[in-house]
Amino acid sequence: MAMNQPDNFDIQERQKSIRTKGRQSQPINCQADSIAGCVSQRACVYCGARVVLNPVTDAVHLVHGPIGCASYTWDIRGSLSSGSDLFRYSFSTDLREEDIIFGGERKLTRCIDELAERYHPQVMLVYSTCIVGVIGDDLEAICRKASLQHGIKVIPVQSSGFSGNKSDGYRVACEVLLRMIATPEDVPRQAHHLNYLGDFNLAGEAWIIRGYLQEMGIHVNVAFTGDSSYETLRTAPTASLNIIQCAGSMGYMAKRMQEIYGIPFLNISFLGLEDTVESLRRISAFFGDPLIASRTEALIQREMAIYGPTIQNYRRRLQGKKAAIFVGGGFKAISLIKQFRELGMEVVMVGTQTGQPEEYDTIHQLVSDGTVVLDDANPSELERFMLEQGADLLVGGVKERPLAFKLGRAFIDHNHERKHPLSGFTGAANFAREVEETVCSPVWKYLDK
Amino acid sequence: MLNYTPREYTERKAIVINPAKTCQPIGAMYAALGIHKCLPHSHGSQGCCSYHRMHLSRHFRDPIVASTSSFTEGAAVFGGGSNLKTAVKNIFAIYDPDIIAVHTTCLSETIGDDLPTYIREAKVPEGKIVIHANTPSYQGSHITGFSNMVMGMVKYLSQNSGAPNGKINIIPGFVNPGDMREIKRILKALGVDFIMFPDTSGVVDAPMTGSYEMYPSGGTRIEDLIDAGNSMATLALGSFASTAGAEELRKKVKVRPTVLHTPIGVGATDQLLMAVSRVTGQEIPPEIEEERGQVIDIMVDLHDQYQGKEVAIFGDPDIVIAMTAFTLEMGMIPRYVLTGTPGEAFEREVNAMLTTAGVEAKVKASGDLFTLQQWLKEKPVDLLIGNTYGKLIARAEDIPLVRVGFPILDRGVHSYFPVVGYKGAMRLIEMISNTLLERQDRDALDEDYELIM
Ligand code: SF4
Ligand code: SF4
Repeated sequence: MAMNQPDNFDIQERQKSIRTKGRQSQPINCQADSIAGCVSQRACVYCGARVVLNPVTDAVHLVHGPIGCASYTWDIRGSLSSGSDLFRYSFSTDLREEDIIFGGERKLTRCIDELAERYHPQVMLVYSTCIVGVIGDDLEAICRKASLQHGIKVIPVQSSGFSGNKSDGYRVACEVLLRMIATPEDVPRQAHHLNYLGDFNLAGEAWIIRGYLQEMGIHVNVAFTGDSSYETLRTAPTASLNIIQCAGSMGYMAKRMQEIYGIPFLNISFLGLEDTVESLRRISAFFGDPLIASRTEALIQREMAIYGPTIQNYRRRLQGKKAAIFVGGGFKAISLIKQFRELGMEVVMVGTQTGQPEEYDTIHQLVSDGTVVLDDANPSELERFMLEQGADLLVGGVKERPLAFKLGRAFIDHNHERKHPLSGFTGAANFAREVEETVCSPVWKYLDK
Repeated sequence: MLNYTPREYTERKAIVINPAKTCQPIGAMYAALGIHKCLPHSHGSQGCCSYHRMHLSRHFRDPIVASTSSFTEGAAVFGGGSNLKTAVKNIFAIYDPDIIAVHTTCLSETIGDDLPTYIREAKVPEGKIVIHANTPSYQGSHITGFSNMVMGMVKYLSQNSGAPNGKINIIPGFVNPGDMREIKRILKALGVDFIMFPDTSGVVDAPMTGSYEMYPSGGTRIEDLIDAGNSMATLALGSFASTAGAEELRKKVKVRPTVLHTPIGVGATDQLLMAVSRVTGQEIPPEIEEERGQVIDIMVDLHDQYQGKEVAIFGDPDIVIAMTAFTLEMGMIPRYVLTGTPGEAFEREVNAMLTTAGVEAKVKASGDLFTLQQWLKEKPVDLLIGNTYGKLIARAEDIPLVRVGFPILDRGVHSYFPVVGYKGAMRLIEMISNTLLERQDRDALDEDYELIM
């Protein structure tokens, strides 16, 4: 039985954010703010800034606001660290009523002082939440003073939630990172060094890619921001290239680094065999070094010999199954569409929370006729299209998991709660195994679909 | 793991590290889910709503729906009145709930939004209802938010029609649906007519049917919330989460309140049963007496496995107070007792219990888990009892953890089973003694490793 739903179930405004390939021709309406009263899956500026900056392992991440914003983001991301675990502490100014009335500046200063004295971190990131913008605390001034007093970098993260959505938070985070890596004088370029942008080292993914590149003869200065530290981030300006996995969060960073340091960038993707192979070749081609090229081919050959047949095996079992995608960024959605194709699966619904117009164009080209494409979906839309389109599987984040399960559909977390690394050759195999395990689980036998 | 917690304890002036509480709105959202066909609505930016839903969704492993006023800069400057009115219109048109329960957030509170006026001015379709609670996160904690929303239900809905209904009201507090089911089972066994609110059983533990119900079959009916004004008494379980609602019933419609502990353990369950029996005149049925006898039997059989063990208990005040009482009943020694929720009453009540029991302990309200970890570094205990966040300390200090309370983000099924009532007591004893024995097995040398324990 479907949920109680009036026939005119979509508000008209929402119609502009939903397209079925082959039927409507206007471009999709994305980047609009969510409608008041919607059950939106979207998060806020603070959330976007925090997820990008959280993996800076040796920073003190201080949340200036009431307790909630800090509580919900305590140790949220499965970012692995090879060094400090300071980032796994939750620091909050825990603003109380008197602070709201008289301003939170005094308390913030005290908190910064206490933390600086306790931990002597090289960098402290001070996040503002909605309320800080309203009570008018001058974060910038306080941080500047504290930096001088303690001789460390205290950097404000202007992430009041209402001033936009998660994408705006990504941009705020990039500005902060740029501030962290800023160097007064020109730095020498290192020929075979690159920065790896948009990998948060979930389940150790950045380490896998670092390993591949090392084998090819390329050194990764630092990943932004997976397993990074103040020191390693500071080496970023010496790179000759930036490669970007998650363009949604780091595209802006790459553009700015090109402007400031003249570092060119490549959009790459290590999701799925096809994209991994292509990305490694493009990186190698960029350096134009025959030794790198031959090492790259050797690596690809070896890995494909192992994982090619693995994927084929899964493909036999998954052929013809249908997938629905609802993820944060458009770029990830694009990679997933291709990855499902590798597995012989058809993508019948694609949605993102913050996809950009160009990304929706690419998605539109990639999918077959009849596929539904939608921006910032709410649960009832997800439900409707998953059922109408007969999806066997949904790929999404934490809020979509229980929904998919309730509908009797398989589910994969492609967000913070992924269980294994999903990047590179091994990651493609992990992904295929996870898809197979959940789609072909005996548990679905209890349900007559 | 947590390598930056020093051994020496120093007073902190301002900073909170590793919180043992979260903010009011999530409690209000949870309470609102306990009304049948209710859509909780978060009046603020969409980020808060997203976080609250995500957190609840992780704890219950069920879909949690709630809508948001989606504040933008404009709303932050000019107030959220038009956002709320648009939201109300849209929600009834799209999601068709019977009732919307609005809670505020830090932001809407700070800009001074006048909810009652906005609600009065909103277009609410015939037969539909909008209620609200003020839940500024810079006061109290998520437990306060729960309590405020329960009070809001009474304020808006409960009426005295002059016709006594012969029922008792039960406010179960911020507990799992498994606990609410258990309390209902006990009351039914006693043959008592009751109204429980809120009641999230059948909402956040709804069965798999292969279709998604936005409003599952559970939840307190609106008629019952109205009728609560005609009941003969209110039993409020857990003073922090439930007193406000019960008091409001007294003030508004003269229903007599009795505030009890969350019924965790033998003593607290006895008290609940006696209170029910006193108010309704019903006898305790043999089946419930049998359960009580079983618990005592189990405690006799197993007491040597846990008696004298030292324990640290942390989490939400009502649960922690009740767990402290129960561990004392079991002959365990609660050395550290901590909640993040502010309130002197917590320290008073726990200290009184400990003094009576002759146990020396550290007790703290408005605490955080950094403090708890420092205490443990100074002098460790045998067992931690608390929510998932304890797992970081459990590893850092190598102390086993029994998961009780909210949130539990790393284990399943917990929300389906009770910790309340005699059944809950059995379950807790099993969890506690098994955890201690696992540890003993793990650490035993081959020659000390025993088959029969
Ligand atoms: S801003 Fe939102 S999430 Fe943060 S404490 Fe307030 S209500 Fe909670
Ligand atoms: S208060 Fe603002 S910053 Fe904090 S969670 Fe809510 S929307 Fe985000």
